Parts: sequence; C-alpha cells; structure tokens
Amino acid sequence: MAKKKEKLMQGIFLISACASILAVILICVFLFSNGIPAIAEIGFSDFIFGQTWRPSNEIFGIFPMIVGSIYVTAGAILVGVPIGILTAMYMALFCPDRLYKILKPSVELLAGIPSVVYGFFGLVVIVPLVRDQIGGKGYSMLTASILLGIMILPTIINVSESALRAVPESYYEGGRALGASHERTSFFVLLKAAKSGVLAGVILGVGRSIGETMAVIMVAGNQARMPQGLLKGVRTMTANIVMEMGYAADLHREALIATGVVLFVFILIINLSFSALNRKSI
Amino acid sequence: MIENSVAQKVNVTSFSQRFKIYRQDPLSLLLLFLVNFGSLLTISVLIFLIGFILIKGIPHITPQLFELQYNTQNVSLFPALIYTLAIVFLSLLIAVPLGVFSAIYLTEYAKRGSKLVKLVRLTAETLSGIPSIVYGLFGMLFFVIALKWGYSLLSGAFTLAIMILPLIMRTTEEALRAVPDSYREGSYGLGAGKMRTVFKIVLPSAMPGILAGIILSIGRIVGETAALLYTAGSVAKIPTGLMDSGRTLAVHMYALSTEGIYVDQAYATAVILIVVVIIINWISSFLARKLTKG
Repeated sequence: MAKKKEKLMQGIFLISACASILAVILICVFLFSNGIPAIAEIGFSDFIFGQTWRPSNEIFGIFPMIVGSIYVTAGAILVGVPIGILTAMYMALFCPDRLYKILKPSVELLAGIPSVVYGFFGLVVIVPLVRDQIGGKGYSMLTASILLGIMILPTIINVSESALRAVPESYYEGGRALGASHERTSFFVLLKAAKSGVLAGVILGVGRSIGETMAVIMVAGNQARMPQGLLKGVRTMTANIVMEMGYAADLHREALIATGVVLFVFILIINLSFSALNRKSI
Repeated sequence: MIENSVAQKVNVTSFSQRFKIYRQDPLSLLLLFLVNFGSLLTISVLIFLIGFILIKGIPHITPQLFELQYNTQNVSLFPALIYTLAIVFLSLLIAVPLGVFSAIYLTEYAKRGSKLVKLVRLTAETLSGIPSIVYGLFGMLFFVIALKWGYSLLSGAFTLAIMILPLIMRTTEEALRAVPDSYREGSYGLGAGKMRTVFKIVLPSAMPGILAGIILSIGRIVGETAALLYTAGSVAKIPTGLMDSGRTLAVHMYALSTEGIYVDQAYATAVILIVVVIIINWISSFLARKLTKG
C-alpha cells in the first residue's frame, strides 16, 4: 500500500516536471502554426525587409519595427549598462555594509516596480523633460531608451554583482600585492575576470528591453515608419502587436502574430547566447 | 587579539594619507568617483520615481475610488482590485503545485545529469526569458480561441500561471537544495519513506524560501499588463464567475493613462501598485532572511 502511494506521488512529481516542457511546446506550436502561414502568404523578404506597414492596403513590412526595437534596445544599453555596472561594482567592492543593506533592497524594489508604472512615470516626467529641454514632441526614441535604460538597471546590477562576487579573493590580493590601488584592482583585475558574467547580465538586459511592451508604448510615439532620428517617434515589434491586435482581422491579425513569432525568435537567440555565456563563466 | 588590532592600525589610512595617494594616482580617484556617481544615480532615480508618484498620487486617493461600481464619474478602481485578487489566487492555485512538485522531482527524485532534468531546466530557462507580450499572444491563441474560453478570468490566470512557473520552480529548487542532507538522512534513519521525508521534513524546512518565491510571483502577477490585455480583457467590473472578463489594477492603470482624461486616478492607482510592490518586497526579503538564519 505504502509502496503504491510512493510510486503514485513520484509519478505526480514527474508529470509536474514535464509541465514546463509541455508549455514550451504548446507556445512554439501555437505561435508558429498561426504566424508562419502569414509570413508565407506575405512573402518572407517582403515581411521581414518590407519598409512599409499599411494594413489597410494589405502591405505588411515589419522592417521599421525590427529596426525600431533594435535602436531602442541599443539606446537602453547605452544608458543602462555603464550605470548598472558601476552600481554593481560599488555594491560588490566599495560599499560599506550598512549602506549595502539599503542599496540591495532598493535595487530589488526597482526590479519589482510594474512596467506600466514605469511607463506612466515616463509619460508624466521624461516625455515633458525631453520635449522642453531637448526638443521634438517628447514621444521619441530617446525617451524610450532612457526609460528602458532605467528598467534594465536591476537586471544588470544583480547579475554583474554576483559575477563580481564570484571572482576568487586571490585575484584581488594579487592585484594589491603588485601595488595597484583598490580602484585599479577592482576595474582592471576583478571586472576583467568577471567579464563573461557581466556580459551575461547585459544580454539578459537586452532580452528584457527588446521584450518590454507597456512602458515603450506609453512613451515611444509608435509611428509605424522607419526611425528618423533620436527625437522622432518609433514603433517597436511589441508595440505593433499590442496597438493593433484589438481591432485586427484576417491577414492583418496573422501578420501581428507573425510579428510575435519574429520577436520570439529574437528572444530565443538571446536566451541561447545567455545560457552559452553562463556555462562558460561557471 | 592584540595582533589583530595592530594589523587593523596598519591597514587604516588617514584622510590626508588617502588624499596624498589619490594625488599621485588621479585615475584611481576618477574610478572611485565613477562608482560613487553610478550608484548615486541609481538610488536617486528610484527615490525620485517613488517620491514623485507618492506625492502626486496620495492626494488623489479618495473614497470614491473604492465604490463598488465603476462609472465615468467615480472611475472606481475597486472592481480592478477584486479582479486582481481573483487572478492572483487562481494563477497561484495552478502554478504553485506544478512548480513545487516539479522542483521536488528535480532535487529529490531525478538522477544527476539525466536527460529529462536537462530538458526541464532548458525549458524553464526559456520560459523565464519569454516576454510577457508573447505569453499574451499565446494565451489568446490557445486559451481564448482554441479552447474557446474567451476573454476570461480563467484564460488570464492560466496564461499568468505559465509565466510565473519558472520563477516558482527556481526559487523552490534553491530552497530545497539549501536543506542539509543530514535532515534527509535523519529521516530515513528513523525509518521514514521517501514521500514522508519530502513532505514532513524537507518541504517544511524549505518553506520560507518557497514562500519568498510565491510572494515574488504575486508581485509579477500584480504588475502584469501585456499578457492580460488579450486574455482577460479590460472590462471594468467585478467578476462573478471564472468566465468573466475584467481588468487587473495594472491594466486599469494602463487604460486610464492612455485615455488621457483620468490622469489623477492613474496617479492614485500607481500609488496602490507601488505600495503593494513595496510590501511584497519587504515580506519576501524578510522570509529570505529567515531562511538563511535557519
């Protein structure tokens, strides 16, 4: 009797473990089976490299959105990575214990704030700021980049911090013994040693910012055309899906799902490079 | 003891000594300045963001916002609040058993390096990287359309359950691995079977860690918007059944701020969201501390 129960529970555990496998399979099957026919109908190169998105005329080129996503993400990296790495270094190597007890929860809090709140903050603070101080309408690539740069900070800080902490003590001692100052040792020995871990954090940040939806929609302007400058509006792939899914039908709807497929493929590539790097750093 | 204090004295540098060193080595000073500047920036962004929203939002939290029915006069967030609670409860109901059981399988039952374990890890990793809008699309295609559930509490909850599954799996696994093997050996030594050991010894000792993971996932559910827009919909009314469409607080806030005429109420909703997140973070770090203390 007891044995039977053991076996039964083990079976239940095993089945539960397969849930995530099943989920990934279902997601792939449903996305691809709904998106790929549309790509085939529109034509692969017309869809990916077409520069015009005009659903009312049945022209579906998502190149502007792909470029938009890449630009905005690159901007976010430019804003977020230097600040993130510096903060991580401060937390791992410079910060007194008492301050760390404030800093760490703050970073956790930054990670927990919902993206719609970030978007709202961007809408009421960063958009007017950019409009008044720099120019343009405020709803722009620059605004979206700054906002996303803030949003990816906690990701970069957390991963980089643990990478820095994983560097063996002897590296630090060696650096100091050779006469380098604490700062020089931190930057030129420890940071260098933690390079692949820090890079993994950056890649994770890229994934987060390319997949971010709500915050970007609220500040980026969302014009479906090729990006025309830092102060002009852009539309990302994620924004394209959410903006039009509400009323789209037929091929238009499938084209939006296909946009999701392209986004999904981007994310898969990013994830693969992240886990490859992770394996290397361990 | 004495040696220690001598060593400490040798290692302490006075302010003027440090000044001298930095004058000879301006690069170090620059680097020191940079790390201080970077972390100061991070902190000030957080303080500014939270302060701004609290100061602007708290005056707009009025009793009107908590009236039972939503209409354009009171812009009540109460239905959204109830819907949020319902969706949190349902998603956890689905995801927690699955996540905890699968973590138990991975840590307690699976053989080291088995192919299945590798596959589960890989898929969980993949799931945790998928952006919420892709979950939203999948939820729409699968639960809303293929299973014909429509925009409903159930579609939204299942979509979110898949989304938080990897988080629960990972935190539970970490918590289970932190339980010392001697506990298990003790239990076996007293004649308990595997299942009894897992449920009576391992799970209770890992409880704070598991709870911390669950609390974190509540935070993710509360903040989620993109995955819910096309699975649960955005009707502003109190749900009466599993098949009712509705909006969570985050979706409510998105709707308010894009409509553009209810900015004050959007501030108030933002305050509530932020307060929820602060409480959630506080509880989860409290639990995590409890775990490390044993």
